[in-house]
Amino acid sequence: MKLELRTITKRFGSVTANDRIDLVVEPGEIHALLGENGAGKSTLMNILYGLHRPDEGQILIDDAPVSFGGPGDAKAAGIGMVHQHFMLVPVFTVTENVMLGHEPTKGLAFLDRRRARRRVTEISHRFGLEVPPDAVVADLSVGVRQRVEILKALSHDARLLVLDEPTAVLSPQETEQLINVIRTLRDAGTSIVFISHKLREVCRIADRITVIRRGAVVGTADPSASEGELASMMVGRPVRLTVDKVPAEPGEVVLDVRGLSLVGDDGVVLVDDLTFSVRGGEIFAIAGVQGNGQTEVTEALVGLVKPTTGSISVAGRDLGPLSTGEILDLGVGYVPEDRLRDGLVGDFSVAENLVLDLYDKPPFARSGALDLARIEADATARVREFDIRPPETTRAAGTLSGGNQQKIVLARELSRPLKLLIIAQPTRGLDVGSMEFVHRRIVAERDRGTAVVLVSTELDEVLGLADRMVVMYRGRIAGEVPAGAPAERIGLLMAGSAPDDQAAVPPGDVASAGVR
Amino acid sequence: MTGHTVTDTPHDHPAAARGTAGVPASARRRVLSGVAVIVTGLVCALAWGLGAHAGDAVLRLSAVGDGSPILQIRVPGRQAGLVLGAVITLLGAWQLARGFSRRAMRAVSAVVVGCFVLAFLCWAGTGQPGTPVSVFGLLQQSIFAAIPLILGALAGILCERSGVINVAIEGQMLTGAFTAALAATMAQHAGAGIVLALLAGGLMGLLLAVFAIRYAVNQIVLGVVLNLFALGLTSFGFDLLMQRDPDAYNNPSVLAPLKIPLLGDIPLLGPLLFDANILVYITYVLIIGVQVSLFHTRWGLRTRAVGEHPKAADSVGVKVRATRYRNVILGGLVAGLGGAFLSIGAVGAFGAGMSNGKGFIALAAVIFGRWSPRGAVGAALLFGFADALQTLSSAITMPVTIPSAFLSMLPYLVTFLAVAGLVGHVRAPAAGGVPYMKG
Repeated sequence: MKLELRTITKRFGSVTANDRIDLVVEPGEIHALLGENGAGKSTLMNILYGLHRPDEGQILIDDAPVSFGGPGDAKAAGIGMVHQHFMLVPVFTVTENVMLGHEPTKGLAFLDRRRARRRVTEISHRFGLEVPPDAVVADLSVGVRQRVEILKALSHDARLLVLDEPTAVLSPQETEQLINVIRTLRDAGTSIVFISHKLREVCRIADRITVIRRGAVVGTADPSASEGELASMMVGRPVRLTVDKVPAEPGEVVLDVRGLSLVGDDGVVLVDDLTFSVRGGEIFAIAGVQGNGQTEVTEALVGLVKPTTGSISVAGRDLGPLSTGEILDLGVGYVPEDRLRDGLVGDFSVAENLVLDLYDKPPFARSGALDLARIEADATARVREFDIRPPETTRAAGTLSGGNQQKIVLARELSRPLKLLIIAQPTRGLDVGSMEFVHRRIVAERDRGTAVVLVSTELDEVLGLADRMVVMYRGRIAGEVPAGAPAERIGLLMAGSAPDDQAAVPPGDVASAGVR
Repeated sequence: MTGHTVTDTPHDHPAAARGTAGVPASARRRVLSGVAVIVTGLVCALAWGLGAHAGDAVLRLSAVGDGSPILQIRVPGRQAGLVLGAVITLLGAWQLARGFSRRAMRAVSAVVVGCFVLAFLCWAGTGQPGTPVSVFGLLQQSIFAAIPLILGALAGILCERSGVINVAIEGQMLTGAFTAALAATMAQHAGAGIVLALLAGGLMGLLLAVFAIRYAVNQIVLGVVLNLFALGLTSFGFDLLMQRDPDAYNNPSVLAPLKIPLLGDIPLLGPLLFDANILVYITYVLIIGVQVSLFHTRWGLRTRAVGEHPKAADSVGVKVRATRYRNVILGGLVAGLGGAFLSIGAVGAFGAGMSNGKGFIALAAVIFGRWSPRGAVGAALLFGFADALQTLSSAITMPVTIPSAFLSMLPYLVTFLAVAGLVGHVRAPAAGGVPYMKG
């Protein structure tokens, strides 16, 4: 199917989200749409999927103009969407999810599950999308769920598939499998629109790349273009993709974790007998796919959850009896993974957020009252230092962009003398420009002699920053990897296979591999 | 550094890592439930066994005076209590020592409750030597009490499976009861009562639907308000019309029992299940209908999808709001029918506030039954049984007189224990109570 968008324009109030966008997707082409968060990719796709109506412009399918009143029309025209947040009913089986909306029936509207199941297996064989048809979706891993989502779109006879940030939640291995699936689909004649802000993937998979910035197309590129070129197109200025850093000079042991285990309320072991130590002046990275216990480790390090067994000490002091506030006062900085939920109070101003952990101590508090002038002066300085935009200290923090929210959290945590910095998913949802800034600050903090614990699911980030790294899998350390180890080896550890255990991974055996 | 070697790949036994970890919590659960069952067994043996008078209890299993042969058994009360108590205690000991599987535990719970109740009946029977205790009457009364609860629970399931919480079952039933009595009297025909009760319940459902779905009002508050509205409206109508001229407005005849040929002749079961009024038979059909269609039809699949993940349903073309409207109104219709059973199906007149909390007990049955019709019927029967047991206990002479106030607390106590204790963690439809807004 050939898709053509002509001068699509969409405004929300005074904001132009899409400004005269032209895009042509040829039949059987993988077309990547590259742009930073907020560049207008999602708006464009929502227009294509009939969720928004364009103010100007035209959509043509196989050279005939079409107009979509809703997702139903887009689907009928052969457009399938794989959303970033899966549209799957968790308590239903794979087959039930696939058949929902166009259920085969027999007799008086009784479900014909056998026919539906046959259709699932048929499509799954045709495109190499291995899914267990009778498994309940809630029991499946994210990668398999995504395959179900793709299969669902195909079962609606989609001839053009839109994938919105499909790799954001996948392990490197799952990404690899997804890329294979996408190629199979392309070879079978399906057109693909692949939305992403990850340069490496886009270069690997795309046949053609369209870059958009601030709602407008800034150019198209070949996949042979260098990542640096693409990045500067995307950001609008030259950016450095690699992190500059000198070799670490580790000092004394700052953080010492011994036999740390955490058991959840339901008896599930979340963290299983972790032992590691981190020295001052080094970045210790914990890599791993989301949900393998990393979050719980960071929360234990700052005392938000108490270890079931094991001990944690910072600079020789046992954290066991200390409250979170006391732990922070020891010189521990904490940048949580969900900044809007745990890192900031969205309704508070930038200035207030900047003193969230210091407001009760001099110089910000004087005999029990806040020194507002002092807080304001401090905030103005921080906003300038960290280039927080817009530079208004009284603005509610929740209204800033993700990158600027992250800068607030960093500004707060890095403005006091630290011994240990715990930083989780520091660049999640951030654009390339902000990413560069955050990485520089982390390295600068290390060079000041602080011990840094970095938790990240982004392989590139871990590889670029870490001086030492471990991979967590199912609550355990699956292995320690020296800096500069090949990405493939780490990828395998993240998927739960030991490096010397590669033969044990049967490549297509998904029905058993995917179920967790 | 520990854990350099990876012992399990994701391919073998996927659940192993979590399975072994689950032991401590389930062990605690096993000990607790084992001890609880043992205590129940000891109470059973002490109170109903040793507390019984000497002599035999007579339990009658057949109906009185319908020509069928009289079926009754005679048991030594004290020994019966001791034996049944011992059985319960042994089951508890086994659970404590070895543990039953989760599925077996359900059957075991039923056996425990059954033994306990049987021991109670034997104990009660020794208080009136020679005079039989009517077990048949007890069961019949249980079903009779359960019918409105079942209908109310089905109404709740229909709504909640589509993602709208229905706290207004009580009000819908009350409106149905009032309308049924009024219409049946004025039209001189029970059929008119049933049809109008359906409509009145449906109208209440529509009201709930419009405010919950269109105006996105908090559904709990809305349900409470609708209950008060129904109470006020029916009490007003009762004062205005029924009190002044009962003969013209509140004198419907009770629906006559219709005996089904063949089925009605089965000993014990026949008179119990197939010699009842039309509303009871409609209830049987509805139970099977809702159970089957919820899990095996297109409508059911879409209903559950809308209740779990409306956005996903919408993205494949299922009309979320239309589905909810339809289900909430359907629920109202069924609750209205439950109301009709209260007035023209059972009493033969409307009384102010006559639903008397049954809508809320029906709501408890929905939760206890884990949002499935089958489960809800079981729960409703349990609550109905508690109700019947209370009626029976106040009618017979027992070895020790139990205060009537305590007895009338029984159905609510059972509801409370069931919902708080036995259900444990249940999972409601994920989108329950959340209005669906486009975009």
